[in-house]
Amino acid sequence: MASETVPTAPPRRLSNAYQNWYRFSRNPTAVIGAAIVILAILAALLAPWITPYPEHVGAVVNFRARHLPPSAEYWFGTDNVGRDIFTRVIFGLRISLLLALVVLGIAIPVGTTLGLLAGYFGGWVEVVIMRLTDIALAIPPLVMALAVASVLSPDLINSMLAIAALWWTWHTRLIYSITRQLRTQEFVEAAETLGASKFHILFREILPNCVSALAVKTSLDAGFVILVGASLSFLGLGIQPPTPDLGTMVASGSAFLPDYWWESVLPGFAILIVALGFNLLGDGLRDLFDVQEVR
Amino acid sequence: MSAMLEIAGLTKLFPVRNGFGRKTGDVRAVDDVSFSIEKGKVYGLAGESGSGKSTIARMIMGLARPTGGDIRLDGHSIIGETGTRAYGRKVQMVFQNPGSSLNPRRTVGQSIAVPLAAHGTPAREHRQRIAELLEMVQLPADFALRYPHELSGGQKQRVAIARALAVAPQLLILDEPTSALDVSVQARVMDLLVDLGRQLGLTYLFISHDLSLMRNFADTVGVLYLGKIVETGATASVFEAPQHDYTRLLLASVPVISAEEEAMRPKIPLIDGEIPTAEQLIALRAAVSQRIEK
Amino acid sequence: MANALLSVRNLSVQFTTYGQTNPVLKGVSLDVPARSQIALVGESGSGKTVTMRAIMGLLRSPPAKVTGGEIFYDGRDLLTMPDRERLKLRGTAMSMVFQDPMSSLNPVFTIADQMGTILKYADRRLGRSRNGRERMARVHEVLGQVRMRDPERVARSYPIMLSGGMRQRVLIAMALLSEPRLLIADEPGTALDVTTQAQILKLLKDLVEERGLALLMITHNLGVVRETSNYVYVMNKGVVVEHRPTAELFEAPRDDYTKALIAAVPRLTGGTSFGKAGAAA
Repeated sequence: MASETVPTAPPRRLSNAYQNWYRFSRNPTAVIGAAIVILAILAALLAPWITPYPEHVGAVVNFRARHLPPSAEYWFGTDNVGRDIFTRVIFGLRISLLLALVVLGIAIPVGTTLGLLAGYFGGWVEVVIMRLTDIALAIPPLVMALAVASVLSPDLINSMLAIAALWWTWHTRLIYSITRQLRTQEFVEAAETLGASKFHILFREILPNCVSALAVKTSLDAGFVILVGASLSFLGLGIQPPTPDLGTMVASGSAFLPDYWWESVLPGFAILIVALGFNLLGDGLRDLFDVQEVR
Repeated sequence: MSAMLEIAGLTKLFPVRNGFGRKTGDVRAVDDVSFSIEKGKVYGLAGESGSGKSTIARMIMGLARPTGGDIRLDGHSIIGETGTRAYGRKVQMVFQNPGSSLNPRRTVGQSIAVPLAAHGTPAREHRQRIAELLEMVQLPADFALRYPHELSGGQKQRVAIARALAVAPQLLILDEPTSALDVSVQARVMDLLVDLGRQLGLTYLFISHDLSLMRNFADTVGVLYLGKIVETGATASVFEAPQHDYTRLLLASVPVISAEEEAMRPKIPLIDGEIPTAEQLIALRAAVSQRIEK
Repeated sequence: MANALLSVRNLSVQFTTYGQTNPVLKGVSLDVPARSQIALVGESGSGKTVTMRAIMGLLRSPPAKVTGGEIFYDGRDLLTMPDRERLKLRGTAMSMVFQDPMSSLNPVFTIADQMGTILKYADRRLGRSRNGRERMARVHEVLGQVRMRDPERVARSYPIMLSGGMRQRVLIAMALLSEPRLLIADEPGTALDVTTQAQILKLLKDLVEERGLALLMITHNLGVVRETSNYVYVMNKGVVVEHRPTAELFEAPRDDYTKALIAAVPRLTGGTSFGKAGAAA
């Protein structure tokens, strides 16, 4: 008895976006993380308009107002030449976020492509790429940045390049392991037997399935890159004064500890909050996507 | 009637390596397998896990390279030619698990567009062709915009069939196409496959462990055991008068729902233990023939 | 509830996902008398697994919520009894045979370790005491009961050293450890080959008969129903649509859904025709 009824469309289910939003909005960690990250980005973009003393970014000197503690007038107090620390922290966010953007902007495409190639093709391609990755992983980014800075000049661009030159390895490893699992999946084999090109299989079939893992990794990484950048500036290898940078501020403020604690502690606190925000967001995304994989 | 697919002496060895990576021997996954399928007919390959049935399908599809033997499609040897696009036009495959044979991150339409693009259908005709293919498998055209997780198992398998048909193949390999589906859904998918086979004059290679299903779908069956075809013949005769002990064991193991079916199952004492090795099977044959003599 | 060992009365369960609430069981009732072999059959989404999980107390809440009904074991309602009491019953009075022999065993412990631990906790819950040697003796005894030729060797093995069929038998042995009166089997053997599955089903049936256990077999396979049960409940969309002695059900199904389900099963004797032309012929 063959049923001749044409199967009708199932009742329209909740849209994907709505389901994701529902789960995301019920995950307090993720929401707090996202809020911090969005606030930090907005603050950095709008810095000239929302800070009380935008002119304090430069080499302003106001000795009458030096070393003032936090007050209604100067929220985070002032530094040793009388500049508003709150203003400089907000501007410092720009450097930190720019660093994360550039490093990840280089590392993700490079790392992802190499991971896809190694995972999909295997053989000597895999051996070359993965051994290269192992070598790069053995060098600590901070040491690399120190080496680059001592050969070239110690500035932001060089530090960024030094970090980016090593950071792709983590993405290569991640994408490599996912690709290895996906390579034997039936939908990849199906695409092969249907005559799809290698490019299509790598970037249209496999890559979309790596996106959730990449999003988690990127968010977690952004926090780490900001920390590494701050460490470099603290060591004097990052941005040079008077441009405000959180790491530099912690370093110069530390000369006046413990009396004028706010000069180093509050910029340090800003680094902590931003890095934490990215980490919380990353964890939240991971929870979100894990649920999706299981479902 | 001429043969659509001829397999002759097909063999696949997998090397066995010791802890140091030295080759110590071979596993004969597929061992000197020969069969042929007439145009427009259904050949059923029955076997359990480890029988080599999937390896055979993969070799025909060009996903694995045979160690020896010949595969002839429509009279032409295709060894070395598998994997080319011209070949892909003639042979397609429907995979076992509709959940994993469709990319979860691509819509139904995007999945069906893959073979269309690869085989030169102009992009502006894609929408029309996708709608036609969906209609062929009795799905509404708006399914093109859905993602696999929005579909039921049977609907996903229909999409997989539509995708395989996109290149208008002559031979379709069905690798356990309904084993992941509910029985009522299975019946509907089988209806579809039979109708499509008639309409389009398709030749099927049907791979399954489900003997009841095979009985009602295949014209000819081959029973695979440890890489070898141990018995082959017209479906009705193999099922009604099985010659090989393994075929009998398989038939005796099928859970059935009527007294008539029970009556046709060979009466073999199910061995307490594992799936028998060749040795155990010889012992079993001795036991059975002794009983017959008595 | 009269004399049944297990009696599910009017059980209703709903699931809440993404803020939407859907009923999945709508007043399910079934009885498993002592020493009976009962099958609960249904396709995916019928609610058979939810029923089984509700009986075993394995429903996760949220998203699941029992909105009505009772589950009596030996005359006591499992849903209202304190958790501690219920834990005492689980694995001891009623045991579960899981479906997937690959993922139901922990790969890093030997069979003896895993079975010994289960027995230790079962003993503790029941206030029994047994030393290590006595426990191992019991483990070997039960492995023998599931027809293992060399129980000592199996006990020493890690799961990876055993084939699928052997692992499935270890799972059955685990369920038997504390001498339960009711065995709940969730599609045993479906992950295995037909020949192995046939052996597993025969073993289960033999065990249940020779030890006087009650069996509740959860399955989607009508053939398995016929081979392992003498009374059957058919579920569809959260309700029991028909329940009869097994032989009667196959001879003269009453409900339309049951009829369609039976008609959809391909027959080993042939004669099931697929396709429109076949249906017309």
